[in-house]
Amino acid sequence: MTAASSTKRDYSLVGESTRRAIETGLASAEWYHTDVPRKTMKELMQRSDGPAIRDTIIWIVAILGSAAGIVWFWGTWWVVPFLFVYGVLYGSSSDSRWHECGHGTAFRTRWMNDVVYHIASFMLMRNPVQWRWSHARHHTDTIIVGRDAEIAVMRPPDLIKAALAFTGILDFRYSLPTLVRQAFGTLSDDEKSYIPEMEQHKAVTAARWHMVIDAATIAVAIALRSWIPLVLVGLPRLYGTWHMVTTGLLQHIGLADNVTDHRLNTRTVYMNPISRFIYWNMNYHVEHHMFPMVPYHALPKLHELIKHDLPVANPSIWHAYREVWPVLLRQLKYEDFYLKRELPPTAKPYRGEFHDLDITAAAAE
Amino acid sequence: MAEWVEACAVDDVDKEDVIRFDHGGRSFAIYRSPDDDFFATDGFCTHEMAHLADGLVMDDIIECPKHNGRFNYKTGEAKGAPVCVNLKTYPVRVEAGKVMIDIG
Repeated sequence: MTAASSTKRDYSLVGESTRRAIETGLASAEWYHTDVPRKTMKELMQRSDGPAIRDTIIWIVAILGSAAGIVWFWGTWWVVPFLFVYGVLYGSSSDSRWHECGHGTAFRTRWMNDVVYHIASFMLMRNPVQWRWSHARHHTDTIIVGRDAEIAVMRPPDLIKAALAFTGILDFRYSLPTLVRQAFGTLSDDEKSYIPEMEQHKAVTAARWHMVIDAATIAVAIALRSWIPLVLVGLPRLYGTWHMVTTGLLQHIGLADNVTDHRLNTRTVYMNPISRFIYWNMNYHVEHHMFPMVPYHALPKLHELIKHDLPVANPSIWHAYREVWPVLLRQLKYEDFYLKRELPPTAKPYRGEFHDLDITAAAAE
Repeated sequence: MAEWVEACAVDDVDKEDVIRFDHGGRSFAIYRSPDDDFFATDGFCTHEMAHLADGLVMDDIIECPKHNGRFNYKTGEAKGAPVCVNLKTYPVRVEAGKVMIDIG
């Protein structure tokens, strides 16, 4: 276990790391894929409305039911379990719905993906236009510093920020002012770097719609002299985010950056069925990044098919965090340090053209 | 000016599927629709350099394997973000069990 000399990372999308990523060919590079016969992949990619309609009905019924419980029991301690359920459904499971519908893989029917995508984007306080493009970039340049707009924990890690993320406070503090700024017609340089010019006005329009609904919610709360409208719309982003952060942080944290093999920078974790419902199977995250065309309901099958070529999945969320924690502590001193996950003997080895140059010296196996 | 080239045999492409065809340093995607008609487009997505032959054909749509951008492969029309630029299409004809495309 060693560490290389520190390389300062510039996480802006228009800075020194961006220039270096483009110059070295890390940006928009060819990524490693496990071989899967075309016929098999075609079967796995097949779309169907059925599973997502079923899951969405359960989701909506659970949201409405827990919201009714909040209204009914407001002012008593009985409201707490309903807040717990509603918060997670609103503030966490909306993330996976946003994600899958953004990819267009949840439903076969396009408009169904679009409707759920926009609803989930609102729940998350995410500009649906901006985030569609940032996520496309995340898939093109996964954890490439200076290119990926969705790196959750940067190096050296800010552990206080990471801990606060579980409360949703930081995300709320970022998302709301961002939407306000965008509603006034201003996109940042980073946003302009991944949203094509012809789409930028759509991002402004979407931000304005979000602001209108938020303002209407506040107006209703004032008119009713009640906190309930805000507890149901907006604030779950604070009290219900913890599950999204618990599962989402594990996707890439502590693993390599600036590599072109998802086996090195992405993690698959086995999770309990409730978390998998909330997360829509995104715990199979290496599989998702390698083959984003495969719908969430087919990911377990894909995992079985290609796991011989992947690092062994973490057996639980707890196990994954126990693995990550010492890596984060080490990165406080040596930001180049990362966890290099061992491949099984049946797997094809990691390619060396990018990986060996920059990071092998900093890896722990 | 027309330049017809043989891309593949009819049986090389399954119904509602796509294959890759490279010729003269260029790359094309050859589609067979659910109605058993053949179509051809440029091989690479107009968003980023992903080959559409690795994507999914659904009815008259080809979905890019990298970011799920969708095109109508019959007209080349981009169907929305993250694809904004239409795909170039090429005339196709079937002769004696061979799929011919005009790349001129």
